[in-house]
Amino acid sequence: MSQNLIADRGSRSTFATKLPQRGLILAVVVLAALVPHMTGDQYYLSVGYQAEMLICLAVGLNIVVGYAGLLDLGFAAFFAIGAYTTAVLSVTYHWTILSTILPGVFISVVCAVIIGLPTLRLRSDYLAVVTLGFGLIIQTIANNMSQFGGPTGIYGIPTLTIGSIVVQSATAFYYVFLVLVIIFVFVSLRLRNSRIGRAWLCIREDEDAAQAMGIKIHHYKMYAYMGGAVMGSVTGALYAPALTAISPPSFGFSESLLILMAVAIGGMGSVWGAILGGAIVVILPEAFRQFSQARFLVFGFVLIIIMMTRPRGLFPEGAFRGTVKRLRARFGDRPARSRPLQ
Amino acid sequence: MTALLETRNLSLQFGGVNALSDVSLSIEDSALHAIIGPNGAGKTSLFNCLTGYYKPTSGTIEFLGKNITRMSTADVAALGIRRTFQNIRVFPTMTVLENVLAGAHLRASSNLFSIIVGTPGFRRSERELQENAISSLEFVGLGEQASKLAGDLPYGMRKRMELARVLIANPKLVLLDEPAAGVSSVEREELSRVISRIHDNGVSIVLIEHDVELVMEIATDVTVLDNGRLIASGNPHEVRNNPDVIRAYMGRSRK
Repeated sequence: MSQNLIADRGSRSTFATKLPQRGLILAVVVLAALVPHMTGDQYYLSVGYQAEMLICLAVGLNIVVGYAGLLDLGFAAFFAIGAYTTAVLSVTYHWTILSTILPGVFISVVCAVIIGLPTLRLRSDYLAVVTLGFGLIIQTIANNMSQFGGPTGIYGIPTLTIGSIVVQSATAFYYVFLVLVIIFVFVSLRLRNSRIGRAWLCIREDEDAAQAMGIKIHHYKMYAYMGGAVMGSVTGALYAPALTAISPPSFGFSESLLILMAVAIGGMGSVWGAILGGAIVVILPEAFRQFSQARFLVFGFVLIIIMMTRPRGLFPEGAFRGTVKRLRARFGDRPARSRPLQ
Repeated sequence: MTALLETRNLSLQFGGVNALSDVSLSIEDSALHAIIGPNGAGKTSLFNCLTGYYKPTSGTIEFLGKNITRMSTADVAALGIRRTFQNIRVFPTMTVLENVLAGAHLRASSNLFSIIVGTPGFRRSERELQENAISSLEFVGLGEQASKLAGDLPYGMRKRMELARVLIANPKLVLLDEPAAGVSSVEREELSRVISRIHDNGVSIVLIEHDVELVMEIATDVTVLDNGRLIASGNPHEVRNNPDVIRAYMGRSRK
């Protein structure tokens, strides 16, 4: 009898209680897709796709820092590898943009493995320093090698074409990055709600206990780091044609920190937090342009207020939990013991 | 008949301290084997050696005839040996249900493609695991707590949740480190019942306990450690009346 109750409860809670949550997500996606119709202003739309790019990076870093608890201070390195691979292959060797994505991902993943193998075993402080160093190394390589254009970088990056669609305007890139956000969020959630995501959280909480469950912590740490590398790299690959020119200053420690800040403000471990955080970190400084020189001061002030009032982030893990509970009560997720079978 | 788990001359040294000296014991299949002894006797160190956290200085450990002395913790867990911790180690920011699901890590689907795509096979496997997790929670009386955060649970419930987390793995051997420590007498009764039920379901249990009453009630075998040495091993009544054991306990209480 109790088996049937469980099965009953399982299917009912999946559909009915997830409906409001899924409805909300759908509404947000539709709203986001309608933004270009509400304003044709290319400035707003370019801020829009820059926000979407940072969201993509934040979702990627969230896997490393938020899910697995690995402090990564050099995430921009993967962004750089993706961008420069695309730039070099498309400008010097005339590859199409789309075909450069996989090579960039491949190089990023190889770097992640090389950096990760010796260092993921280390305590978080050491990992933080090594990743910081890795970020600086990549930037320095880009800055010093003529193959990568040195300090002036690479310009004249060709146009992105997807089939017969030419992606050149801010509007077009707004849509492209919106699709990327949706894909990354989808993948992130799928990973989170599987043994992989659970293993990451266990590693973050208590490595020893995690091992006692049979979790191979070093493998899973590597998977998290690789997952972040893939997302950072793909984002970088599309960043290159969006800007048509890339240079080393865009891939430094400040950038890594900005991405980390987006994750922290949003709430570590929460993909929704990464979305909100990414949006805030890009949009607020633009919105504050009215303060001209003081805009970053104002931005900093706002960040401090956010951290003081919501230290765990704006949308920490489990932020939905209260809502879900109330919805369960309404839509009938009944506890195991009531409800006898008729 | 080979024992389920056997240690031979197991020794563990930390610098000058002999945590374990020459411990040779056997855990029989389907036993409920209690390990007792004063504080500092080496009981938890023994567990840590069995589960791969500590590598013993010398001696061997065999499980089902296989040498597991130098195996990593995750590999030992994969063989079917699960444990609870003396100071309860839950995953505090995960829900109770997810904590228990973590115990089923090795049973869950790990195919990246199925996970990302969400194939019917993957969904079915997750649903099954959720059902099993809820069953395990109900077995220990925590059916209602599934969606609570593990960190919010009171002490006694966390202890029971650790048990559910162990059970979902369908372990061959369960190592319980002081399951009744720090709980009220009502909780203790409940825990004792749950442990007996687990044992009745055919799971072999090794139990570290200070509560000698509890041990005498439910254990099939008892081993006594003192200062890292094994001083007695056998059925509960033999051990209770063993003069070395009495001396060890009496000696301690005089301090």
